[in-house]
Amino acid sequence: MEASFPMKQIMDEEGRLVDPSYQEQIDEKLVQQLHYHMLRIRTFDRKAISLQRQGRIGTYPPFEGQEACQVGSALALGEGDWVFPTYRDHGATLTFGADMVRMFLYWNGRQEGCVAPPGKHIFPAAVPIATQILHAVGASWAEKRKGTDRVAIAYFGDGATSEGDFHEGLNFASVFQTPTILFNQNNGYAISVPIERQMNSKTIAQKSVAYGMPGIRIDGNDCFAVYFETKRAVEAAREGNGPTLIEAVTWRTGAHTTADDPTKYRPSGKGKDIVDPLVRLERFMKNDGYWDEQAVKTLQDKLNDEVETAVKGMAEFPAPNPEDLFDHVFAVLPPQLQEQKEFYLEFLKG
Amino acid sequence: MVMATKMEAIQAGRTSTKVMTMIQAINQGLRTMLEADETTILLGEDIGKNGGVFRATEGLQDDFGEERVVDTPLSESGIIGASVGLAVNGFKPVAEMQFMGFVYPAYDQIMTHVSRLRMKTMGRFSVPMVVRTPYGAGIRAPEIHSDSAEALFTHMPGIKVVCPSNPYDAKGLLIAAIEDPDPVIFMEPMRSYRATRGDVPEEKYTVEIGKGALLEEGTDLTVIAWGAMIPLAQKAAKAAAQLGIHCDVLDLRTLYPLDLDLIASSVQKTGRVVIVHEAQRTGGLGNDIISSINDTCFLHLRAPIGRVTGFDVPVPFFALEEHYLPTVKRITQQIESVYRF
Repeated sequence: MEASFPMKQIMDEEGRLVDPSYQEQIDEKLVQQLHYHMLRIRTFDRKAISLQRQGRIGTYPPFEGQEACQVGSALALGEGDWVFPTYRDHGATLTFGADMVRMFLYWNGRQEGCVAPPGKHIFPAAVPIATQILHAVGASWAEKRKGTDRVAIAYFGDGATSEGDFHEGLNFASVFQTPTILFNQNNGYAISVPIERQMNSKTIAQKSVAYGMPGIRIDGNDCFAVYFETKRAVEAAREGNGPTLIEAVTWRTGAHTTADDPTKYRPSGKGKDIVDPLVRLERFMKNDGYWDEQAVKTLQDKLNDEVETAVKGMAEFPAPNPEDLFDHVFAVLPPQLQEQKEFYLEFLKG
Repeated sequence: MVMATKMEAIQAGRTSTKVMTMIQAINQGLRTMLEADETTILLGEDIGKNGGVFRATEGLQDDFGEERVVDTPLSESGIIGASVGLAVNGFKPVAEMQFMGFVYPAYDQIMTHVSRLRMKTMGRFSVPMVVRTPYGAGIRAPEIHSDSAEALFTHMPGIKVVCPSNPYDAKGLLIAAIEDPDPVIFMEPMRSYRATRGDVPEEKYTVEIGKGALLEEGTDLTVIAWGAMIPLAQKAAKAAAQLGIHCDVLDLRTLYPLDLDLIASSVQKTGRVVIVHEAQRTGGLGNDIISSINDTCFLHLRAPIGRVTGFDVPVPFFALEEHYLPTVKRITQQIESVYRF
């Protein structure tokens, strides 16, 4: 079965194209776009870890190592498409157009962080594992029913494939041929449990066979493979050819969240040979004449400024309003909830 | 005697009514909304070709097509999860859980998403969804087919819970539930599906969610019930009247949000209460009703509040269900005991 799902690569670890048929499609614009977003979300991610260490935000799940997965897939989407992320996919949502201040707010325990910019179909991060797969199936089913060519992408990790909702989601998607991209980031670990303890099958992509849908295994640290294969799946969905399961094999460089220590469960040295996706793209850029040391420095300064401004935006955001505890549970507050709200606001006045 | 639901129809001056069973009224309610609102979509197991295991959706797939009356895979979490996606993207899913005991695989989706999506996105996304589900014991159904799990959902924030006891309310509440901007669990008393008949207007109408009804009027005691327990409560009230005890009988109709004003006005008048529900006692909705009476009627009470409920055991196999379920005799006895306190 593993042999039926070889890992697709377009660019190798040294940043060389191994599939020259993509030569023409990989142009300056795409390269710079991928690099810009990968560097941008890494800058965000590292800042977030540092903010957590300083107690300025809450527990934070870093995505370092998965930037190619998140940027490559998000850039393959169109403006009106739907994104259903997990809590580790804010790199994808930032790339797709989520607001950075709101992203920091989310990790600082603010529900305001779940509010996507107007017109952007970005769902709040799903914390219950695999549940969002079904939402993506439903939302894309709705688009199909409306006769649009919009699609939905569901992000999920390797651990999610053990949950019932993964199977129910893939089954629904294939039975109703919904335009859904099932984008798996297999980063090797679900918190502390390695993939070989998660499942007895050799690949996640092969699970597509059970649902009669196309499945592909790609090198998730190769931003070109991610971008082009996601784009292919998106186009198939737009053309009415239903869902695709993509397994992007990647590596979580750091901890599950800032609350755990991976040295406790990951053998030392494991993953050390993996070339960071950003380093790999930089090697390609250097090999192929896209690299401009000065321009990259300027970009990094610009991104640092953007992130610092967003941190400032978080800090200066209006204080949490106790009324928001009550006001959004229902469209119209039921009398007993209204009473609880009035009681509490009165109590706060002292 | 005040028949509140009939009165509403008469007051509204409706002429075109038909006598129907509750299952027919539900079918008509669904049909009405499929006709009135093209975003209404029905999803469930066996609801299409088979018309539902209780025939609640009979004929609807023929008339509205497979796209709007959807036979889904056998996948409760799948049905609810996909309905979340449909609901946030412009549709009004009416999902059927074949029996309330089958809702548990979907509990995660309802608890972790359906109930809180509006709050956490501050209104950016909402889930206007109805989950229809037959509930309750008393029809000799197999194991797990007889649960009455309303308290799981009344305890869940962000969800409304509705439970009609008669055909008129069933249609009116169902239409109100489908039109509601928020998720509604719609509990259908399966033992009343064909056992209750009544006048149902053929036109579209709603019964307001959050409002109970005063079905019988008395002065001595308030019996509070809903759904399948209503016919029993009414019979018990009649039996109590023979003993000279005259009861208000309240049909709550909506279990969240409770009609606290109706409860308070009746209990302040009578000073005595018996609550009837078939769900287990501990953690049951009866306890919330007692709390509300404590808040609003403490100095009016003349006796401790009585409860006639299922016992704190799993709903048994049907050979024992008559011992589990409240009966007219148990209710009458409780009425008498509270009255004579």
